[in-house]
Amino acid sequence: MPGRNDDAYWKANIRLVLSLLAVWFLVSFGAGILLVDLLDNIRFGGFKLGFWMAQQGSIFVFIVLILVYINRMDRLDARYRRSGADREDSSP
Amino acid sequence: MSVQAWTFLFVALTFSLYIGIAIWSRVRSTRDFYVAGKHVPPLANGMATAADWMSAASFISMAGLISFIGRDGAFYLMGWTGGYVLLALLLAPYLRKFGKYTVPDFIGDRYYSQTARMVAVFCAIVISFVYACGQMQGAGIVFSRFLEVDLTYGVMIGMAIVFFYAVLGGMKGITYTQVAQYCVLIFAFMVPAIFISILMTGNVIPQLGFGSQLTEAFGGGYLLDRLDGLSEQLGFPTYTEGQRTTQDVFFITAALMIGTAGLPHVIIRFFTVPGVREARKSAGYALIFIAILYTTAPAVAAFARANLINTVDNVEYSAMPEWFSKWETTGLIRFTDRNGDGRIQYTGDAATNELDVNRDIMVLANPEIAELPNWVVALVAAGGLAAALSTAAGLLLVISSAVSHDLLKRGYMPEISEKEELLFARISIFMAVLVAGYFGINPPAYVAQVVAFAFGLAAASFFPAIVMGIFNRRMNRQGAVAGMVAGFVFTALYIIYFRFINPTVDNADNWLFGISPEGIGSLGALLNLLVAWTVSRVTPEPPAEVQALVADIRRPEVD
Repeated sequence: MPGRNDDAYWKANIRLVLSLLAVWFLVSFGAGILLVDLLDNIRFGGFKLGFWMAQQGSIFVFIVLILVYINRMDRLDARYRRSGADREDSSP
Repeated sequence: MSVQAWTFLFVALTFSLYIGIAIWSRVRSTRDFYVAGKHVPPLANGMATAADWMSAASFISMAGLISFIGRDGAFYLMGWTGGYVLLALLLAPYLRKFGKYTVPDFIGDRYYSQTARMVAVFCAIVISFVYACGQMQGAGIVFSRFLEVDLTYGVMIGMAIVFFYAVLGGMKGITYTQVAQYCVLIFAFMVPAIFISILMTGNVIPQLGFGSQLTEAFGGGYLLDRLDGLSEQLGFPTYTEGQRTTQDVFFITAALMIGTAGLPHVIIRFFTVPGVREARKSAGYALIFIAILYTTAPAVAAFARANLINTVDNVEYSAMPEWFSKWETTGLIRFTDRNGDGRIQYTGDAATNELDVNRDIMVLANPEIAELPNWVVALVAAGGLAAALSTAAGLLLVISSAVSHDLLKRGYMPEISEKEELLFARISIFMAVLVAGYFGINPPAYVAQVVAFAFGLAAASFFPAIVMGIFNRRMNRQGAVAGMVAGFVFTALYIIYFRFINPTVDNADNWLFGISPEGIGSLGALLNLLVAWTVSRVTPEPPAEVQALVADIRRPEVD
């Protein structure tokens, strides 16, 4: 049944999205806002870590998150498209 | 060659490029007009999205704002980039899979309701107008300062150019002009930033110069330490520490992120690519292109701040360089010699401070303050115009398609032919340009502030409705409409109350949970979610064909 396959695909998709969003929340709201003063105690070069995360670091992490998402989704799509055509369940 | 001659040259060159593209890309079908025929390659769409996205506020105002508010400026930086993560993961691929032309298309079809469609049309038009006025104003500022034409004429020239390529080429014209505008604006932003970074820190990369040591001429020591020291000395708040409360910064950041992902002119860019895979890819490209500017902006902010203080503080007024008097004539810099010593005292204490500096000029005047060559100074004008016009065009297209496609073709006049629909699209873009131009000449507030309101409204209306439409199969039309209305009305009233009706009480003591009007959109979004969810549980579930539509959006794309 394509229905079961769709469910597995959707679940894998949700898992990926949720884990990436967890990182997204940790670096921006976590490191950049809630823990910023704490992280400011760590210095590297001319930066305080909390300040840097808030103004620059988090943006670099955002890029990495989207790139990981693109890559994983391409693989996920390829796998489920193939198995959908064969009408086989592939275990994720 | 003088700055003005260079400026005329750059503006003329870039404008003829835009017009050339407009003539090359003129269109004859509504599909081309609304979504560029869905032929745009991901790389081009990434650039177009970046230009569409980075407005006059990003280019002109943001670095200036950050240089005055220091660390708190992070809510702009994280908010306006972090939203792309939401967009890429939660919206873009699914909306592309759905495959129509506009955001109200999705809302109307997914919630099987003309009411929902019309609510979406209304939200899209209000948000885009608020935002477009800021762009027209931005274009006016650049014209009036750099070309020394009257602000009114400046706005009118901007309107004429946008009108030309948007009416002729629709989305196709706008897309390829935006690609060119991205190149112009990023070049114009980066060249002065690189020059200043080399000048002040010896580092070629401004992102790294931000954390480097200053050269001897600028007093040595790390740039940020020096800024903190200067701030303390002159009585300003410490640059690398926050001034606003943590919860306010939290909510503003959230509102800007959610708003970014809910802005219709950004979302429709993902309808223009050939498939779901390309939609994901172009979100990645878009964020990379945006990040080039957004990771440089905080560095520019710090350079500009240190440089300004170095140049003016306790220096004789008569010894001020030429740029100072030029900006004085525009009223963006004001000097009042309170103690009559002929020197400029620039301090954080209102009683002794003698210098008022408008935030918008920090980017515009920065190259002059740093004494860069004339052609670099002139570049900034072309870049600011590219940023303002590219965003304005994207917004006007949303307004036009909301009227001709959603309001008329799919709403009140379904019998019109494609040719007539295209004509209506062109007429409505024409009207939209006129109205936006009017508000550009008679602006309500600071460019960036006006834009910030559009975000709150987008966050509170569209984002929850679209996300629930995709991720919650049970969400029905009653829930979605109630949610959008509740979120939009709540957010709009909160902003209108504090900013327009009763501005005297606009402070943290009176705000709800200490959230400023800029951040209230995130609470509006939450309210939207709660109302929608509750209403949908007590009303019938959506019909089978709508549930099938949701299931189809979630399935992997077939080649």
